[in-house]
Formats: sequence, structure tokens, C-alpha cells
Amino acid sequence: MKTYLRIFHLVLTLAAGGALRADVPFERIRDSAKEPGNWLTYSGNYGGHRHSPLAQITAANVSTLKPAWVYQCRDSGAKLECSPIVIDGVLYITERPNVVTALDGRTGRPIWNYRRPMPNDVSSCCGPVNRGLAVLGDTLFLATFDCHLVALDLQTGKERWDVVVADYKTGHSITAAPLALKDKIVIGISGGEFGIRGFLDAYEPKTGARAWRFWTIPAPGEPGYETWGDGDAWQRGGAPTWVTGSYDPNLNLLYWGTGNPGPDYNGDNRPGDNLYSCSVVALDPDTGKLRWHFQYTPHDLHDWDSNQTPVLFDANIAGKPRQLLVQANRNGFYYVLDRVTGEFVTGSPYIKQTWASGLDAKGRPILLPGAEPTAEGVLVYPGLTGATNWYAPAFNPTTQLFYVQALEDYAQVFYKLKAEYEPGGNFEGGSTRGVAGQESYATIKALEATTGKLRWEFKLNTSVNCGVMSTAGGLIFGGSREGNFFALDATTGVPLWRFQTGGAINANPISYLVEGKQYIAIAAGTGIFVFAQ
Amino acid sequence: MGEVNKNLFPVGLIPRSSLSLAVKLRLGCSSGGNTAGQPSHDGCYAKAENWIRWHWCPDQIIPNLCRRSLLFVALLGCGVPAARAQESHLQPASDQRPLSAISAQLPNTPGVLAAGQRLFVSHCSFCHGPNGEGGKGPTLAQPSLPRATDDEALQKIIKSGLPGTEMPSSRLDPEQIKSIAAFVRSLGRRPIEVVPGDATRGAQLYAARGACATCHSLQGHGGAIGPDLGGIGLRRSPAFLRRALVEPGAEVPREFSAWRSDVSLPRNFLFVRAVPKQGEPVAGVRVNEDTFSIQVRDLGGRVHSFFKAELTELHKDWGVSPMPPYGGTFTAAELDDLVAFLVSLRGEK
Repeated sequence: MKTYLRIFHLVLTLAAGGALRADVPFERIRDSAKEPGNWLTYSGNYGGHRHSPLAQITAANVSTLKPAWVYQCRDSGAKLECSPIVIDGVLYITERPNVVTALDGRTGRPIWNYRRPMPNDVSSCCGPVNRGLAVLGDTLFLATFDCHLVALDLQTGKERWDVVVADYKTGHSITAAPLALKDKIVIGISGGEFGIRGFLDAYEPKTGARAWRFWTIPAPGEPGYETWGDGDAWQRGGAPTWVTGSYDPNLNLLYWGTGNPGPDYNGDNRPGDNLYSCSVVALDPDTGKLRWHFQYTPHDLHDWDSNQTPVLFDANIAGKPRQLLVQANRNGFYYVLDRVTGEFVTGSPYIKQTWASGLDAKGRPILLPGAEPTAEGVLVYPGLTGATNWYAPAFNPTTQLFYVQALEDYAQVFYKLKAEYEPGGNFEGGSTRGVAGQESYATIKALEATTGKLRWEFKLNTSVNCGVMSTAGGLIFGGSREGNFFALDATTGVPLWRFQTGGAINANPISYLVEGKQYIAIAAGTGIFVFAQ
Repeated sequence: MGEVNKNLFPVGLIPRSSLSLAVKLRLGCSSGGNTAGQPSHDGCYAKAENWIRWHWCPDQIIPNLCRRSLLFVALLGCGVPAARAQESHLQPASDQRPLSAISAQLPNTPGVLAAGQRLFVSHCSFCHGPNGEGGKGPTLAQPSLPRATDDEALQKIIKSGLPGTEMPSSRLDPEQIKSIAAFVRSLGRRPIEVVPGDATRGAQLYAARGACATCHSLQGHGGAIGPDLGGIGLRRSPAFLRRALVEPGAEVPREFSAWRSDVSLPRNFLFVRAVPKQGEPVAGVRVNEDTFSIQVRDLGGRVHSFFKAELTELHKDWGVSPMPPYGGTFTAAELDDLVAFLVSLRGEK
């Protein structure tokens, strides 16, 4: 007994000294490639790659992959969309609404649970989902659906601070995972269908004090305001920031996609390009000041948000080394930009689209007539959901292939209606409907990252809200609306393994190690499914 | 995997021998659950009156006079022993919930419905489609909604949302919610139309000569190849039904939504032919499908499941219906009777 007590005391002493406390300083996230067994930030690394350097599970042996454990939400019907964070064998997941659970990565058994009550009158287009957490030091950060940012003790899930990001009663909500930088927690906002004025916020990790706010719509007197007409459209012009962005530690630049201008389908009261909607903005993370922007869809009228994860990598273009940012955009085009300057390098469609004949030398779309929504309705490819959406792409830095779930043969009829603003109310100025008899389907496409050229594609049955993950084992993991979770050969697209989870997959896969063994995790339906060999 | 072949699969597929599968039913009135075929006259009278009230002479439209005269006609059927159904589901719908009770609490003036439609388009159509046809959210253009069993429940769902689903709460005021609810209830419910045929004779044709129950079901009885016909009178016009009888392939339901995780009857009917690497080819109706597998119900009712990797060919015969055309089977008057029976099926379930 005495011996046990002595060991216990020793352990306590070590813990008090910090030796056993999980700690994830900025440097660990920055150097995530050095610890492939963990998944320390939303996309796995700051570059937005969603690529696991783990290579135990390979194209040759993936057929032996089988379920290791399943965690089912304690609240029935609480469908999951989160991408877990994994630190030293523990998964940190979000359930809805506003629930965080720490799970043992080897057994799936809960370690702690945090629940925060949520008001039941939060407006949102698409349900009270949450897509994940951020970690910095010994603190986890949760952005709640009702627009609070909450800091939790990594060890216990106990709340450290709770600050209000925005008033949910005016149509704001948050679904994205925060992004932890060196000394800032960055969080985006949702509400592009509710007449909000979009912004991106940074908070002090220790106190929750707001460090800066970047408004995605300039106010009168600021550069870019003139792209909104001279009325009050800027005050409720949308341009939300609802998917987690990327970061280049060497350039110290934060890259974030922005959403559609509002009202979505009726641009009458917002003549002009509507900066910085449907753009990627490069910000100084210390000050929140804009360094450059690139607008993918000026004066958007189809709700084609540009929030898709910006993917950062370096490559030779025309024999010259370039630091690049690429994005498969919801508008149907794949873009390659210089991430130092924002200069357009190249771009081309990666799905069937009927609204632009191409991109000009600066990357601006050359519009085709007849694609603007009307009272009678016009049929446009792609439809409202777009070529792709919030679910993550993946990038393999070794092969320089870019992988994306895309929706093909997908048109919708876009209608323009009068838009009347009321606080917290829907502010879309139109609507859409599907096309009878059209069977749109998703595909996973492998594109050459520097050109957007198609290498292979894998067809799925229906549309998909599942991101993809690349692994150093030569695999691409993806999922389907019908619940299939599967692995494809990364070089050919041939399916090598599959598992029917029984629930629609609306999440992004991740991979981690526990005790030297590789695991693959995905949220499906109301559970977290984890696979190993 | 072979190319998708759009050629017609030979129609008239149902072998005549399979008619024996049809439930042999005779028509008439039965008191519920009396399978001996000797219903009480009182029960018959009450049901006939009920049926007439709700389906031919709604109170608000036609007064008692009409009801009584039609009742007389209907009761003639009650007295014919040969025309007695042993299965209550084959009656012209008599024990269904009255429609007017459902909509009684909701205003249904054109003004309210138009206001409801405007609100619906801006608040609901993102998920449910501008006409309630469904998309990310379920189809609302249907006679009954499983979660909104009455109008109060419907208004509560619009106000408070459905926890655990994508359906959010709303801050609309009660009058706005009421008008949306009224609009939603107006979707997928055809008004009652007076048709020329005799529904009672139509039910008999459905059961016997038409052998419709070989493929179609009513209140849980019948085949599973074709769509269930419960409440078909709420969904389809007499003209549509008549055309469907004469020319079954004219308009095969094809309401595909890329947002649905299961594809199945009745909204998306697809006839498929699968050729496995081993075993006999299977032709039938797609029951479900995902990226890697497909489930097919053959014309005998058996469900076959294949992983697509096990198939050498998979043909999707869009627009093909295995239903035989009935123009040669029935006279024009008999078709009228069958249509009258089908439009009388306005059940809530």
C-alpha cells in the first residue's frame, strides 16, 4: 500500500511540475509534420493540407482495416460534422449543440464532457452543427452556435472564459473550428443568408479579450466601400467567414475565404463588385490588417461562397519557384494564386458550369449572358450548393496532387425575388429549385495542384458533404451521403476498402497514432467511427 | 460494368400466371374487422354516409340534399352480397380522417395562402424547395407529414424547430406561422373532384380483373413492385391516374434529390437489370442504391442485393414502367370506375 502511495505521490509531483500535462504551444502546431501521430489543428497543418504523414496503412494492406471503436452521441439525433483534434492519444470532438467530449483514442471511452446550454431561437441556414475545436497551450477553444467563444481546460473540460463574439439574434451563428496562431485565436462568423455584415475576429488566448476585428465589408470612407453602391447595402451585405482558414508562419500571413454577398440572389441594391465577398483575404495576424485580396466571384448572385479551405504549398511554375495558394471554388473553377502577392497564376473549371466562358488574365470571370437569377427562373450549372462546399479538400505534398469532392451534372433554377431586411430574418432575395429528373452525383477528383488538370475521378452515387484526407500510405479517404466510408488508391482512384457506417457522412476524416498504431477517424451519422488494422 | 442502356425492357412483364398472386377481393361494405363477409347493415350505412360526406359532399360545399341522394346510391351497393369486401382496405375510403377537421383551425383564404407562400419561399424553400418538393429537407408536398400529425404540431414545429435535426426555430409571429402552416397543408392535397365512374365497381376491378394488388399495396396489403396507392387521390388528378392506367410509362415518378441518402419508391421509380458475374440476371425495381451496392426487388417480390463489383452489367432503364397498359383490359367505362376508386383514396395514412 505504501509503495502505491509513494508512486502516486511521485506522479502527482511530476504532474504539478507540468511533466505530464498536455501542452500544445504554437511551435508544435507549426511543426505538425514532426509529430504525425497527432492532429493538432482543423486541417492537420496550417497549410490546409488534410494530409497525414502516417504510412502504416497503405494501398497494399488497407483491405485489412476494420472498426476499432464507435462513439455514439449521448443525445440521439445529434448528427456530427466535426473534425476531431487529437493530442497524445486523446480525441477532442464537438457534438451538437455546444458539447465537447474528450475520448480515449484507443478505446473510445469518454474522459470528460462539457455541455453549454443553447438558446433555441438561433437562426441558421443549415442546423446547429459544429465542425471542430482549436488547441493552444493547455487550452481548448470552442466557438458556439450562439456565437460565444469559450476556453476550456484541456485536462478537465472546465470552462476558463466565455466571451460573446456576436449577437445571435441578428442572424449571426458560428459553425467553424477556430484557428490557433502564435498568440491569437481566430474565429469566423456565419450568417450570409441573414443580412449580417461579415467579419473575422482574433482573441487573446489567455483572457478572451478581442485583439482585432477585420470587417469583410468596408465601411463608408474605407477602400472598397464604393463597390457596394452608396446606400446601406454594406451594413447587411453578408460576406461571412464560416470555414476555418489557413496560415503561413514564414510569411506570417493568415488566409481566409469569404462568403456570398447578400441578399444572395438579388444584387439590385448592391451595384458593384461587393468587396470582399466571395474572396480570399490575406491578413496580418498581429493586427488584422488586409495585405491583399483576390475576389473569385465579383457581385455574386448564386450564393457561391468562397469559404473553401485555402491550400498552401510551394512549387515551380514555368521554371520559377512560387509560393502558392490554391482553392477549388464553389463557383466551379480551380484557382492557383501567388500567396505572397495575391496575383492570379492560373485557373480553370473542374466541373460542368454555364455561367462564365473562362477567366481573364487577372482571374476575373468572363460572364456568359443569361445566368443572372430572374423572377421566372434561370437554369445554371452549378446549382446553389456549388461545385464543392465547406467540406475539406486534401493535398499530398509529395505527389503535389490536390483532391476534392465535387458535385457533377448539377444545375438548379435560380429565382430572383424582392428582399426585405428584418433583423435576424432570412435575407436572400430569391430562391432555387432542383431540376426534375436530373441525377447529380458527387465525384472525388484528383487534380494536378499547379494546373487543375484532372488525373482521375471516382464517382459516387449522390451528392456528398464529406471531406477527403490524403495519407502518406498512398490513400485517399472519403465518405458518402449513404454512409459509405472508403479508401481509394491515391494514384489511380481505384476503391480499395469500404465500410458502411449506417449514417450520412458530413465531416472530414483525420488520422492519428496511439501506442504506435495508426487509426483513421470519421464522424458519421451520430457517431465517431474509428478504424485500425 | 456495361453502359447504362436506355432501351426498353419488354413490357407486359407480369406473367398472367402471377395473377394468382392477386388478392381475390370482392367489393362492398364490411364492418371493420369482420372478415366473415357479413357486415351489419348499420355499420355499412354509417361508413357510406361518412365516405360520402367527406369525399363527395363536403359540408361546406354541398348540403344535405346531395349527401342523401348519393347515400341512396351508395347503399344500393351495401345490399349486394356479391359485392362485399373481405378486406376493409379495398373499400372506397370510408374510415379515413376527415380532411376538413385538419384544416379547420387554419385559415385557407387565398390571401392567407399567398402570404404563407411568400413566407415559405423566403424562410423554408432553402431546404424544402419553393413548392415543398423537398431537397435537403423532407418533401412537404404530401398529404400527411409524419412529424406534424395535426395543425397544432405543424405550427409548433415551424416555431420551435426539431431538436436534433437541421430544422431551426423561428421568430416569426403566430399569424405568420399560421399562414405558412396553411400553405404547407395546401401542398400535395388535391381538391375533391367529381368524376364520372363508380368507385365501388372500381374497387372490384382493382381487386379482381386488374389484379392491381399484385404490384400495388393499400393499407399494408398487396405487392411492393409499384408505389403504394394509399392516399393516391390526394396526390394525383383523375386525368393523371387515367393516363397512368392506359400508358404506364408516360410519367414515371422521378423526383431524384441529390440530398437523399436513400433512393426508393414512390418518388423515384427506377427499373433496373443487373447481370452478376455468377448467377442469374435479375430485373426489377431499384429499392436502394449507394456508391458500392444496389438492392433490387424482382417481379416476384424477392429483394436481391449486389455489390456493384459483383456485377458485369447494370442497366438503368429510366422512364420504363413494368406495369402493363390497361387500355385493352378495361372498357372506357371501367377505366372511369377504376379512376373513381383511386381518387376516392384520400386516406391520411
